[in-house]
Amino acid sequence: MADVTARPYATPEDLEGPEEHHDAHDTATGVSNNKLAMWAFLGSDCLLFGALISTYLLLRRKSDGVDPEELFDIPFTSVSAFVLLMSSLTMVLAVSAANRRDGQRMRYWLMATALLGSIFIAGQVYEFTAFYNEGLGYTTNIFGSAFYTLTGFHGVHVSVGIVMLVSLFAMSATGRFNEDNAETVEIVGLYWHFVDVVWIVIFTIVYLIP
Amino acid sequence: MSSTETTETNDGHDAHHDDHHDDHHDDHAGNHLSDWEYIKIGIWLAILTAIEVALFYFPPGGAEVPALLILMVVKFAIVAAYFMHLKGDKPVLTQVFVGGLLLAVAVYFAVFFAFELF
Repeated sequence: MADVTARPYATPEDLEGPEEHHDAHDTATGVSNNKLAMWAFLGSDCLLFGALISTYLLLRRKSDGVDPEELFDIPFTSVSAFVLLMSSLTMVLAVSAANRRDGQRMRYWLMATALLGSIFIAGQVYEFTAFYNEGLGYTTNIFGSAFYTLTGFHGVHVSVGIVMLVSLFAMSATGRFNEDNAETVEIVGLYWHFVDVVWIVIFTIVYLIP
Repeated sequence: MSSTETTETNDGHDAHHDDHHDDHHDDHAGNHLSDWEYIKIGIWLAILTAIEVALFYFPPGGAEVPALLILMVVKFAIVAAYFMHLKGDKPVLTQVFVGGLLLAVAVYFAVFFAFELF
């Protein structure tokens, strides 16, 4: 067994033996099963968010005693949206570095993405706290329930993404990566970009459209 | 042990292994852009977001909602096509994702008609 910590990536032989490497794209679709599974998951997650957004749109007017337009802090949320959008950019740069087998730069961009995601989550916690102090709790009215459920589910998705990013970083830093893991980074990237596109929709529909 | 050494010591099997890996790598390179191109796309996305916020503060009459929805769809499509690499990747991936997306839109209309009309 070679010293796998001496370089960003261990070769497949270091970890699994040469046979494992040949299975990557030998599938009926020409796409690796892991990548196809992630896309199938994202397609099904569209349904989850579709249901939550539909519910919000139908119930947004039932905000007895609380005016959402007065409650929302658009400049603050715009900065949050910008931060999450830029995290998509850093994520794609991490995938790009992984495809070039540039482990150091990949780790740099992975951490930048996790940091931006954490800033977004911190902003969401601040926003929820401010709304609660303004009188909008989860059970205050139907609008509150729909709003917190939709944005809260998105926040959970972002948090799970941060855990995946930090795990990738740790695995790479400790040498538990081989050349095939470029696709693992790409698959985590798909999840992260999906979280970003969902926020693109939420930002417009929930915050910007009156 | 480097990959070159691996090829020299186990020539038959590992030569095939390296060819396969190069094909895999080229396959990815075909639909992936350079870092600078990704940064340019990121700048465009930031500009589109700034336009969205500007539309919120300076609404252009009755065109505000359609303009915001169009910008939303454009941003969504750019991220999906370039950052998620749907553009240039296998069509089956687009079909799987767009299938879920269309079902989500169908859910909205089903719920809308169920609650608002009936």
